[in-house]
Amino acid sequence: MFKLLARNRHTVQRIGYSLITLVAVMTVLPIVGVIVFIIYQGGSAISLEFLTGFPYDGMRSGGILPAIVGTLYLTIGTAVFSVPLGIAAAIYLSEYATDNQWTRLIRLAIINLAGIPSVVYGLFGLGLFVLFLQFGTSILAASLTLSIMTLPVIISTAEESLRSVPQSFRTVSISLGATRWQTIRRIVLKEALPGILTGVILGLERAAGETAPILFTGAAFFLPRLPGSPFDATMALPYHLFVISTQVPEMPIQIQYGTALVLLAFVLTMNVIATVIRSRARAKRQW
Amino acid sequence: MEKSLNWREFIITRAIKASGYSAIVFVLLIFIFLLREGLPTLGEVEVSSLLSIRWYPIEDYFGVLPLVTGSLIVTLGAALIAVPFGIGTAVYISEIAPRWMREILKPLVELLGGLPSVVLGFLGILVVSPYLRVLLDLPTGLTAFTGSLLLGGIAVPTVVSVAEDALDAVPRAYREGAWALGATKWQTIWRVTLPAAKSGVLTAIMLGVGRAIGETMTVMMVTGNAPVLATKLGSLFSPVRTMTATIAAEMGEVANGSTHYHVLFFIGIVLFLISLIVNVIASSVVFRARKRAERILS
Repeated sequence: MFKLLARNRHTVQRIGYSLITLVAVMTVLPIVGVIVFIIYQGGSAISLEFLTGFPYDGMRSGGILPAIVGTLYLTIGTAVFSVPLGIAAAIYLSEYATDNQWTRLIRLAIINLAGIPSVVYGLFGLGLFVLFLQFGTSILAASLTLSIMTLPVIISTAEESLRSVPQSFRTVSISLGATRWQTIRRIVLKEALPGILTGVILGLERAAGETAPILFTGAAFFLPRLPGSPFDATMALPYHLFVISTQVPEMPIQIQYGTALVLLAFVLTMNVIATVIRSRARAKRQW
Repeated sequence: MEKSLNWREFIITRAIKASGYSAIVFVLLIFIFLLREGLPTLGEVEVSSLLSIRWYPIEDYFGVLPLVTGSLIVTLGAALIAVPFGIGTAVYISEIAPRWMREILKPLVELLGGLPSVVLGFLGILVVSPYLRVLLDLPTGLTAFTGSLLLGGIAVPTVVSVAEDALDAVPRAYREGAWALGATKWQTIWRVTLPAAKSGVLTAIMLGVGRAIGETMTVMMVTGNAPVLATKLGSLFSPVRTMTATIAAEMGEVANGSTHYHVLFFIGIVLFLISLIVNVIASSVVFRARKRAERILS
């Protein structure tokens, strides 16, 4: 009797394990599938002309250079605003803030920023940057909108990384006569750098792939030239993919997959760099 | 020398403190600007008209109910997909998978979180919806269900990472206690580990649902954009339109300051408040759970 019961329990476990494993495989396989499929379908569209040429014939021929350059500009613009602000905020939370009501409110605000729908960021950017501050539909307005959206990712990963630096490092530095800021800059920041970098790249990766926040703040349907100043609107890879897959009739499928592949490559490269930095730092860490 | 150093230190410290509070400032700014552009709606459109079932802005019909039900039905479908797959994957990664498997799975799930939603929408149009149309014998493949399927995928990484954190936080002693009493690992997962991580798992579900409600590009591309009131579960297989998609699709074409413009911002306020409520509740659950865990362990 007991033996039977015992065997049953183990059978249940075996079935359960297989089920859960199946669920995990079914979750992960489509991710791999999507990437392989787009590489397979889009690979043949990639050529030097596609990467360095301008679109013509209503975007049905030619290259996607303005969209690639636009996404680069937007990513750099986002970094300019969000990286210093995000790291400074993380330093405050990890090194200065005490656990009081205000700090809790800051944390709640960060969580909320992370949860606000991307299209609401777009509305906000339109209301504040484009109309109220009169930046117009521009790289500047779009970058500012994206950087506020990116902020929570950067703050929370950077804070976690700063906090993982052992307290004794700070104590020793201060006892050797360094000021608080010297300690933070030369010891804590230096040790936490790989973790912070990972967070920054992951945040920027998200910004580079976003469409909704730039729809009404900086994205242009079609531009025959590259943007010349931060006050120009710009084409961008994600918006371009949206446009050619929904708004342009008789769009060659080849160009659509090619554009998707370039966007995916852009984002995946950032993701892989971030993952490599993180795992290297983990392997090297001596504390 | 000494003095200039002190001055620099003073200024830098001030700047860092100011940055620390920036998140609060931004949340307030976002709310203020949404209110500024969205509140005039209440003076221009009657509340009864807002709550009607007809969304046809060209003729000044601004009934938001079809959009609300559209968002709800797509999100419900997404949750039905994301919850079992997300939590199943979290359990697998945290409790069952061997170490090397974990090292492969975690970055892959993270990668899904980083995939641009417009790429998923693009594949939804070209691959998923034609396939579903044939498979389910529908007049069009661009339906709420197509949106749910893809949104489920978008919500999964959120659910997995939060639920996995929660499972990881369950003290090892709980599991060892159960094993020592003769429970199998499977029984331990279901009767000890998951119940102990209950609040964290609930948070994971809430944040996943919050992510799904706010998603824009994918749903705009694949749900067919028909502002029709979804009244029954069958609506899952017909075209709908969500609140987010309406803003994204129409904001580019309205005149600044028009009624239509104000109504779109008003929908933005609703979305903002939904995400605010979801996140406040989710974070309070986390705080409470942490306090309880501290009490038990001390």
